[in-house]
Amino acid sequence: MALATRTERPPSLIGTVWHSTVGKKAVMAVTGLIMLAYLVAHMMGNLKVFFGAGEFNHYGHWIRTVGEPFLHREWFLWAARVALSASVVLHGVAAFQLSRLDRAARPEKYRRKRHRASYATRTMRWGGVILALFIVWHILDLTTLTVNPNAQQGRPYENLVASFDRPAVTAFYIVAMLALGLHIRHGFWSAAQTLGANSARRDRALKFVANALAALLTCGFLAPPLGVLTGVVS
Amino acid sequence: MNLTLRIWRQTGPDSAGAMTTYEVTGISPDMSFLEMLDHLNEELILAGDEPVAFDHDCREGICGACGMVINGQAHGPERTTTCQLHMRHFEDGDTVDVEPWRASAFPVVKDLVVDRSAFDRIIGAGGYVSVPTGAAPDAHATPVPKPVADLAFEHAECIGCGACVAACPNGSAMLFTSAKVVHLNVLPQGAPERESRVLDMVGAMDDQSFGGCTNTGECATACPKGIPLSSIATMNREYLRATLKGGARR
Repeated sequence: MALATRTERPPSLIGTVWHSTVGKKAVMAVTGLIMLAYLVAHMMGNLKVFFGAGEFNHYGHWIRTVGEPFLHREWFLWAARVALSASVVLHGVAAFQLSRLDRAARPEKYRRKRHRASYATRTMRWGGVILALFIVWHILDLTTLTVNPNAQQGRPYENLVASFDRPAVTAFYIVAMLALGLHIRHGFWSAAQTLGANSARRDRALKFVANALAALLTCGFLAPPLGVLTGVVS
Repeated sequence: MNLTLRIWRQTGPDSAGAMTTYEVTGISPDMSFLEMLDHLNEELILAGDEPVAFDHDCREGICGACGMVINGQAHGPERTTTCQLHMRHFEDGDTVDVEPWRASAFPVVKDLVVDRSAFDRIIGAGGYVSVPTGAAPDAHATPVPKPVADLAFEHAECIGCGACVAACPNGSAMLFTSAKVVHLNVLPQGAPERESRVLDMVGAMDDQSFGGCTNTGECATACPKGIPLSSIATMNREYLRATLKGGARR
């Protein structure tokens, strides 16, 4: 009797990755790192606000022309927008699905639980929700200008100042940036762990980089609103 | 010394449980935690009550049978197994909460006894090395560098007690699974099944009711054998490598 050979089609790579907790976490890690790389660029762009309206607005207009003449006007911008939107959605959906699984795996709490994980680690989920809400607000405020009553199209510097002239907006922004710092503090190291880049020897270095990135991005993003608040930027 | 114990009592898998308070007197600081429970059980039996059920076997800290959450910490305040935890680490008059491992994948059988056969199913999926039967191979037939042997041994120390799952806020079995994956995948004997092992074991782990890893590190702090958190990173690397090599789950 001839032995049967394996002929059925193996499951697809994407399906295998998405249906395993380890694979889904890898998706979160990669999308998180994409967003982190974007945030570094975004923060550096933001800091141009301290060099006056001319430079900041010039930078804002330049973003639309990146890649010309090879790319048509705004193609690069839209490619980045699509990639970032996909990252946010994949990151959020994976986090939601994994969190549901995690909650179901521990239905009964301990009577007396001593938390040993850091504050940043324990606030990843709600911090992520705050950040998701912030992203929606932020786009409505400074990209589509829907909720920025004093805004004018094509004048990013003036729109930024107009936005931060509202104390409630500045307060929300500060809360979101602190949440961002905490999210990156755990998230960057966690991504390294999930992608298998961590080891006992690299652990301290990776935690240092995570803390440094978190501090740098939080301070960098907080500088413009604090600049408006203190009148350095007006 | 005297203690107030609040112990989870549950008559069977489907019955509702509750914390029950016991005043235990005449405890010696040299007793292990399990001997203290034996002491309580003797009194309960004499009084005609049902003794507290708990798992135990070797009482030397090497079998992994015992385990309970003491004051919210798996295996209690010291980094050891419950059988090797001594009452000298408690103060006279303390109130001590004793609960079973809490995880969907570890249903309570009775009182402090949980069913950990989910671990056996993970091991059954790939936590072994397939070798041809026959005479024992020569000891020097397969050279293993010393650092590799040490790394493998560090992970072979896992006794499968389940403290990692109990301590994890997500009831995740990543540390347990990674201990076995790393133990076998770094050795030449484990190399032929390197990809299928990690894929099958992670698959079996996901098929149980365990949660995912959020890198809180609570597992590695609770582990009585000191399995490091970095072994989870190694397993993730092995998993992604095996997936990219096209070894979709068999």
